[in-house]
Formats: sequence, structure tokens, C-alpha cells
Amino acid sequence: MTGLHLPTALVVAMACLVIVVAVGLWRGRTRPRGFMTVSEQATYETLHTASLAGRHLAEGLTDDGCEAAAPYLRALLATPALAITDRKSVIVWDGEGEHHLKGVVDQAAAALEQGRTVVLGPAEVTCSSTECPVRAGVIVPITVDDGVVGALAAYAPATSAAMARAVEELASWVATQVEVAELSFERTRAMEAELRALRAQISPHFIYNSLAAIASFVRTDPARARELLLEFADFTRYALRRDGAFTTLAEELTNVERYLVLEQARFGERLGVSLKIAPEALPVQLPYLVIQPLVENAVRHGLAAKEGEGVVTISVTDAGTEVEVAVDDDGVGTDPASIRKILDGQSRADSVGLGNVDARLRQVYGDQYGLTVETAAGAGMRVTFRLPKYSPAIREAPAAAGP
Amino acid sequence: MSEQIAPVSVAAIALVSVVTLALGLLGMRFARGTSDFYVAGRTVGPWRNASAIGGEYLSAASFLGVAGLVYERGADMLWLPVGYTVGYLVLLLLVAAPLRRSGAYTLPDFAEMRLGSTPLRLLSAALVVGIGWLYLLPQLQGAGLVLRQVSGLPTWVGSVVLAAVVTANVVGGGMRSITLVQAVQYWVKLTAIAVPAFVLTAVWLRQGRPAPQAGESWWEPLTAPVYTDHPLFTTYSTLAALCLGTMGLPHIVVRFYTNPDGRAARRTTVAVLALLGLFYLFPPVYGVLGRSYLTEGEGVGADDVVLGLPSAMLPGIGAEIITAVLAGGAFAAFLSTASGLAMSVAGAIDQDALRRAVSRRTGGDFHPVQVFRVAAALGILAPLAVSQLIDPVGLSRAVGHAFAIAASTFAPLVILGVWWRGLTPAGAAAGITVGGATTIGAATTTIVGTPPGGWLGSLLEAPAAWSIPLAVLVMVLVSSATRRSVPADTASIMARLHTPESALLDR
Repeated sequence: MTGLHLPTALVVAMACLVIVVAVGLWRGRTRPRGFMTVSEQATYETLHTASLAGRHLAEGLTDDGCEAAAPYLRALLATPALAITDRKSVIVWDGEGEHHLKGVVDQAAAALEQGRTVVLGPAEVTCSSTECPVRAGVIVPITVDDGVVGALAAYAPATSAAMARAVEELASWVATQVEVAELSFERTRAMEAELRALRAQISPHFIYNSLAAIASFVRTDPARARELLLEFADFTRYALRRDGAFTTLAEELTNVERYLVLEQARFGERLGVSLKIAPEALPVQLPYLVIQPLVENAVRHGLAAKEGEGVVTISVTDAGTEVEVAVDDDGVGTDPASIRKILDGQSRADSVGLGNVDARLRQVYGDQYGLTVETAAGAGMRVTFRLPKYSPAIREAPAAAGP
Repeated sequence: MSEQIAPVSVAAIALVSVVTLALGLLGMRFARGTSDFYVAGRTVGPWRNASAIGGEYLSAASFLGVAGLVYERGADMLWLPVGYTVGYLVLLLLVAAPLRRSGAYTLPDFAEMRLGSTPLRLLSAALVVGIGWLYLLPQLQGAGLVLRQVSGLPTWVGSVVLAAVVTANVVGGGMRSITLVQAVQYWVKLTAIAVPAFVLTAVWLRQGRPAPQAGESWWEPLTAPVYTDHPLFTTYSTLAALCLGTMGLPHIVVRFYTNPDGRAARRTTVAVLALLGLFYLFPPVYGVLGRSYLTEGEGVGADDVVLGLPSAMLPGIGAEIITAVLAGGAFAAFLSTASGLAMSVAGAIDQDALRRAVSRRTGGDFHPVQVFRVAAALGILAPLAVSQLIDPVGLSRAVGHAFAIAASTFAPLVILGVWWRGLTPAGAAAGITVGGATTIGAATTTIVGTPPGGWLGSLLEAPAAWSIPLAVLVMVLVSSATRRSVPADTASIMARLHTPESALLDR
């Protein structure tokens, strides 16, 4: 052991920690206070209150959101009471004099229907209680681009032009928040539509070629033709399924096997297959039809054009929290620039597989998880990608169980 | 204990290290290149997976520490192997299948999956690193002690050799990811402890069965106040830690992911129980024989008993060979456990700290493998540095504290997460913080500082009996107070955790 004196080391370490914490606390306390004028302080507080309110309005005029935002909005106006309505009813009343809640809808009718500011005097806001501060009010419609969606009503002992202007400004600020919320909702919907459009695809060429290959066996070797047809049936059932977007690596590889059996019927001895699969990786979940298109790409573009025998190698390696999948072929390869175009989505060349798989992987796991392609003319091709063993994305829509 | 060089033992350790290194670096070559698919049939079966769990789980604390404690303190310590095994029974009954169904790979994954909270995930990841480091510490120090015992080299040599082999393995793609290699490790360890045990017992019988030299308190349970004043409390508290700590060990939980489904996870756990039960029959034999042949006060530390025994019982080359088998087995135990731990720690550092940081700096333009290598190096070098700075910790003691931390943090999280709908992110975080702070504080005081005597010393030495209930209580109370933040998808997650995969269910 080295000659370190433990108690001393401990004391030194503790002292360092105390100093760091103390410096942190001191800086935290002094910085915001020291250099702020009164007006800066007021600006800061207003913006801070507004940002707190805005956070609750992020989903539009929802009941929970309005309820949470109302106290902050009232603080911005500094009125004793404030109400938010939608087109038909009051969503929330915040502050004193809640017994006035019933009257708000009638009072807001003009604002909601004609979209103009309504100023209420003691004649309209009647109250029997002498304590109640609600004697007058300003009701301003909340108008977004397709019309009035609600109203903001502020109540006080008396109204003033300044108060009316403040309420109008606040209502237009709330309207902006609602518009932003709608935009983000639109964006989510657009993304969902894109997701639906980006579903797994099987290539029509493959269906045609397989059926042609099977047909060629019908007379010469009916037993084999029957086997191949059953494989084809299983393949299409898997590829055209509609239940859930995820499967396990084991199932995906089983389907790659079906695909290769069908291709071998066409290519015969020319198509060799080699597999190196880490058994630990088999339970990993992944979007379905991710490996098969890569293998199909290797067969169709790499090996079909090559003279003589070619080998496709599929390897799955366990790498701790992730799994690495690689599909290699020793075929003719291609120009890296054309692959780059496909992955960038600029080219719609007949390589359906690569672009689609790349887009779906990125969509599910994020941009770090796209395809990596290594190729050159005459040098074969290697496509690799990584899969996280656990991803929160899969929690949303895990694979359906059972066969 | 002679400190002269035992060349056969050094050769055995070198052989174990080289073979491990070779398996790790060439590991992928084992994966068959074939066009024979049937992948579904090639998933890892329960027995192989259970062997792998055993291989990773049986650390130096089991191989050397249990025997040492039985030798030192007698009958009380027979509970220890029971506790090391019974943790899997608790795991089996409470969480094995739901944990697998959750789809989580690591404990932070489970926290994120169940409660959907990133801060909680980061807290769990920090805890994985903490538990991993504490568990690595005795492995590194133990390797140093074993090498010194058989070769006379200074202790840092053994620690550095172990750290180097483990780092090379984890960085080079990792033998630990290969279930088969870890499964073989179990059988290597079992052979290395069982065969010498039979030989030594035969020698003992032939030499006229000398009786163990020990006082009353060695034979009678709960009478020896050896290092705490309250042996009954310490025993219960340690048992509680071992029962619940197993499910919170980061390097064990990841193995359950390899099971294809929840049912297989249960079967694997049953197999683990059988395999561990078999292994733990042997270490006490060394403790008892040690009492017959070794005399206390001759520099025989508790953890030296196993390796010191053969030369005390037998003359010449026979003793050398048996010592070599034991030393090789012990080093295998250090290597496989340390590799598993280093891999888990590196995974947590990589995924939850480094990658986020690097990604923010470079805008996503980096090579993930390089980041992982840095994480792996950090994960093993930090405990290596600490192991050189502090005095040797008893193997079983440090591991016991690691179990106590796991039992007071992850165990409540996982059990309540699986069985209680009302758990909230804030409640889980509060419980983990309280449980973690108290147990880590207790571990630091007793390992690094001078532990106080009396009740306070006992409470700090084995904190699980009070820290687990405390953590659970905090978790339940804070969750109840923040009832509004129960994740909205709790019901569907619970359905997923508890429904067998074969049931058709809209998951």
C-alpha cells in the first residue's frame, strides 16, 4: 500500500467538497441580485410569470391547462378575479367572488359571438355582498385564425382604459399560445401520417420472381413446388401483417431464411449463405422487415449481376447495451455516391430497400441509428446498423405476442 | 504461510488470464459460420443461461471469502452461502418474469420504462456505477492478494493484471457478452473448488481426522461477538441484504434479457438456484479443514485460508498442484465477475453520461465504439486507483455492503415498480436517494474510517435491516403525496409486465 494517511486524505477531501459547495452557493445567491435595477426586476418577474403560464397552455385551452395557468394570468393583470371560458361554458374561475361564475357565460355572449371587447359596469355585474370586489369587468375574446375559441374575463371593483388594454393584450398573448399549441398538434399529426406512409415494404419483383421460380418446379418437382409455395405463404403472411410494428430478431431472421430458400430456388448453387448470430441477441426487438430488404438488396444488386458463386453473410454481434447487425456480400458492389443519394432520399432508384430501412430505423431510434454502407465498384457491399437492446420507442408499440 | 514463489500456481493464473483474453479477443470466431438457420431453436436455453449467471455471480467473495469467514467466525457464517443463494429465490418469486417482460436490459432501462422519467434514469445509472465500483474493489484487491500469496509479488501487480485483462476484454468486444464463455466459467470454478475439496477431505480422513481447533463460540451460533457486538442483528441484517440485493446487481440483471420470455426467465432462475446450491456446498469445507490444520495468529488472514490450506496439509508437489488449481479458479472468479461488472459500469457511463456529453459537443458526429472504449477504461481505472489507495477490505465485507446498497435502492424500485400501481417518479427517486445515501454512508464509514463500537457500529456494519424499510417507507409516502404524477400509462405497463407472452393482448 502507498503511504497515504487515510484520515488526512478524508479531511482534505471533505474540505474540498465544502469549499466547492460554499462557492456554488455564494455565486448562486449573489448573481441574480447584484446587478438588477427595479425595472429589470419587473421585466424579469413579468416574463417569468408569463413563461409559467405559457407552459400550462402548451396543449391549448384544455381544462387542466387553464386551471393551472389561471393564477399566473391573474397575477399578470393584478385583478381580484379572472375567468377563462371556451365557446360554451366557463373553464375556470380564479380569485374571489366565485358566485359570479354563473353569470359569466351571459356576459361573455357578445364577446364570443361578435368577437369584440365587452366592458361591464356595476349595472351588469350586480352583487348583494358588500365584501365582494367583483363590481365591474372586461371580457375579451381569444381569437385564433379560424375564429373565436374562448374568452378571457377579468373582474375588479372598477374598470379603466388601462385595464381594458391590458386584458386585450393578455388575450392576444393567450391566443398566440393556443395557436402554437395547434401548430405542434398539427406537427404530431403530420409525423404520424409520415409514419403510416413509411411502412415496411416488400418488393414486387420478388413476388413475381418467386412465383415464376415456383411455376418452373410444378411439373418437374411437384413436392418441392409445394414446399416453396408454403414458404412463400409464410413469407407473405409475415411481410403483410398489420399487428404492431415490432418483432424479435429471431422472427425476423426466420423470415430472412424463408426469403433465402425462395431465392435459392431461383439461383440454385450460385447463392451461398453464411450466418454468424450471437444467440444473446435473438430476443432483441426491432421494427419488422429491416434485415430482409438488406439481404434482398445484396442478392439482387450484388450477386445477381455477378458471374459465378456469391455469398451473403449475415452477422449479429452482441455489444453490451446494443446489438450490431451486418449484411455483407461479395458481389459487384456499386458507386458510393449513388448509395449516398438513396440514403438522402434524392434517388428513387429501384433500391426500395435501403432508403426505406434507413428512414424507418432513424424514425424509431433517432438519427444516430441509421444504416452505414461500405462499398465500391467491384468490391462487394457491407451494410451495418446498430440496435439498442432497450429503447423507449418500443415501449409505445411493442410487438404483438405469439404467432 | 510461506511467501516463496509457487511456479505452478503462477502458471495456472497466467494460463487462466491468457485463455480468458484469447476467448475474449477471438470470441466472435466461435459463432458458427453456417447456412443452417433455425435461429429460434438456437436461443440460449435456461441451463446454459443459468450457468452463465453462476459464472458471473460467483465472485472472489464466494470462492475465497466464505471459507475465510467460516474459518474465522464459525457456525454463524454458514448463513452467508444460504443468503447468496436465496436471493435468487426472492428474485424468482417476485420479479424474474415481469422484469423480462418489461423489455428492459439494464436497471436504468427498467426505471425509465416503468416511470418514464429521465432524471430517475440518470440517478439509477449513477447507482449502477456506484454499486459496480464497490463490487469491483474487492475483486481487484483480492487478485492482488492471491498473486502475492503464490508468487510473493507486491499486491498491486495482481490488481493491475486483473484490470488489464478485464479492460482488454471489455474494450475488445467482450468475452462477457458470450454466454457460452461465462457458462464454462461456472463449471471451471465448480471444478476448481470441488476437486481440491474432495482431495483434501480424503487426506484429512487418512490423517486420522484431526478435529478442528476452536473454542465454544466457533461451534455455537450467535455467540461470537467477533466484529460486531450484536451477532443476531448482524446475521438478520446481512440476510436481508443478500435476499433483496441480488435483484439489484447490475451485472446479474442484464443476463435475464437473454431469456426469450418470462417463462424462460423463471426456469433460468430455478436452474441458478440449483447450480449455486451445488457450488456453496464446498467453501465451508475449507473453513472447517482450516481450523484443523492452520493456526490463528500466524499471519493467516481470513481470505488466505483456501490457498494456504493445501501446503499445510500436504508436502511437496501435491500441495503445489492443488494450490495451483485453487489459485486458477480464484483468478477465474475474479476475472469473470470483474468483466461482468466492468461491462455494466461501462455501459452505464457510456449510455447515460459520455454519449450525451459527446453528442452535445460534436452534434452527433462521433464514433460510438470509441466513446464506449473511453467509458470502459474509466469504469475499471477508477476502482483500480481506489484499490491502491485504501487498505485491503475483507472480500465478503465489501461485497456485503454492495448488496446492502442494491437492496436498499434497486430492490424497492423493482419490487414496488412491478407490484404497486401507485409508484411515482418522485417517490422512486426519493426512496432511492434515501436508501442510497444511508447505505453508501454506512459503507464509507466502516470501510474507510474507523467504525464505532456498540449498537451504532452494528447498525452501520450491516445497515440493510433498517435501510430497506426506510427506503420503502420513503418511496411509498412520497409516492402517495405526489399521487397526481402517477404515469398515465401505468395500467398498460402493468398489464404488459404481468401477462404471459402467449396470451393475446394488445400490448
